[in-house]
Amino acid sequence: MDYFSEAITAALTLIFSFDEEVYVVVWTSLRISFIAVILAAAIGVPLGILVVLKDFVGKRLLQQTLNTLMALPTVVVGLLLYGLLTRQGPLGDLGLLYTTTAIIIGQAVLILPIIWNLSIAAAGSADPRLLPTSQALGASTLQQGKMYAHEARFAIIAALVAGFGRALGEVGIAMMLGGNIEGFTRTMTTAIALETSKGEFEFALALGILLLVAAFLANFLVQRFQKIR
Amino acid sequence: MDILKPSFKQRAFPQRSRDDGRSLIKKLLIFWLLIFVQFQATAQAQERLRLATTTSTDNSGLLAVLHPPFEKQYGVKIDVIAVGTGKALKLGENGDVDVVMVHAPGAEIKFVEAGYGVERLAVMYNDFVLLGPVEDPAMATRADTITAALIGIAGHEQTFISRGDDSGTHKKEKSLWQKAGIKPAGEWYLAVGQGMGATLRIADDKQAYTLSDRGTYLAYKDKISLVITSEGDPELVNPYHVIMVNPAKRPHVKTGLARKYITFIRGEKGRDIIRNFKKFGERLFNPGAAE
Repeated sequence: MDYFSEAITAALTLIFSFDEEVYVVVWTSLRISFIAVILAAAIGVPLGILVVLKDFVGKRLLQQTLNTLMALPTVVVGLLLYGLLTRQGPLGDLGLLYTTTAIIIGQAVLILPIIWNLSIAAAGSADPRLLPTSQALGASTLQQGKMYAHEARFAIIAALVAGFGRALGEVGIAMMLGGNIEGFTRTMTTAIALETSKGEFEFALALGILLLVAAFLANFLVQRFQKIR
Repeated sequence: MDILKPSFKQRAFPQRSRDDGRSLIKKLLIFWLLIFVQFQATAQAQERLRLATTTSTDNSGLLAVLHPPFEKQYGVKIDVIAVGTGKALKLGENGDVDVVMVHAPGAEIKFVEAGYGVERLAVMYNDFVLLGPVEDPAMATRADTITAALIGIAGHEQTFISRGDDSGTHKKEKSLWQKAGIKPAGEWYLAVGQGMGATLRIADDKQAYTLSDRGTYLAYKDKISLVITSEGDPELVNPYHVIMVNPAKRPHVKTGLARKYITFIRGEKGRDIIRNFKKFGERLFNPGAAE
């Protein structure tokens, strides 16, 4: 137990002395996952609302597929994108492998089904009179969509936070597409994996604590949002 | 109804749509700004040299002192991708890195002969050591050669942790088993598929035998209880070479920067840093060729 309590003390010291190495990694992680969420949201939220607004063949199938894809294993996303982004791959000329951009793309792919699917649920739970009313008032699809986005904004924010949490906590994509390059693509999760293997338990623990804090903070914000409503 | 529609529409939505339009534009602007900032950060950052190297060089901490002077002198950044030698050479083959620094002479020569690399040059060397628990149940310390020590481990079925990741150390280990005439298999032989540092931690946890380069062992000496149970056999020499990825095959390779890097680590300054890099008073790597 001594080992563990000492490690926790050392980890807290690292956190509160604002150790530069720790916070560079934290900042890299937050920045990458934040942009990934924005990318995925830009596609997923409109598509989610569209699915609620429109009836089309295969809607059921699409939702079932999205449900399945929500459990997309990170290493599979990493593997597929690795094959695409490596220099010999179809997108190799972009030279994106082992950059933060590669991780962002990977995480966006990972959380797109989550945000898309949760946006469907969010928009679907809006007042059922909303669609006939706005249709009767002659709103265009875009206007209807905006109405839904406005009505379901808190649930949509919750969807984004869920995506953010998944992106922030994943390690497979960041490791395979980022390469864990110090000061560049080293994220909280890849650093934790590396530092533990190096026996730098305190450093890993400090990052682990911060990762938890970030997750808690995100959830706390969601709950605050829901209260405001 | 058709005639009424526009006025209804105007009454129901005008305010909202104008507002929404403005905030939508604002949101889109912010969105593209973020994307722009991201790409900007990637693009405008200093020139980056990509080096694929082995976990043994990275985990030892050598690169953390070897690279900063170079980066400072040329105002560049070296991206270190620390993987096993096999993967490092693969990254070179695919052109995902500019330079590789590895330690598996056989595989290196094949890599160059296949045309993927040019200018294979010696950087430094150290040696491999066989580590094991203090009690030494396989009596490896009594063996005269590394092969005899391995035969003892297999004979006593003492747990042996193999890197199992096609790294230079793993390749060396496989060739040693072959020389000993043993096909290692069974419950006592565990291939963990991890880097050198992680493998040492696992071997320590299980109080097992394992093969390590001396550099990583010294770097981990205070964190593990394993001791050297066999060393000094000429078979155990461990030379590191640096190879530039062939620009004729992979045209985007940064040859200018790669050559500067190779010249630096093999030059006066690089040799000094390597020579003076010590843990517990012991030198981890010797600069130059092994011979």
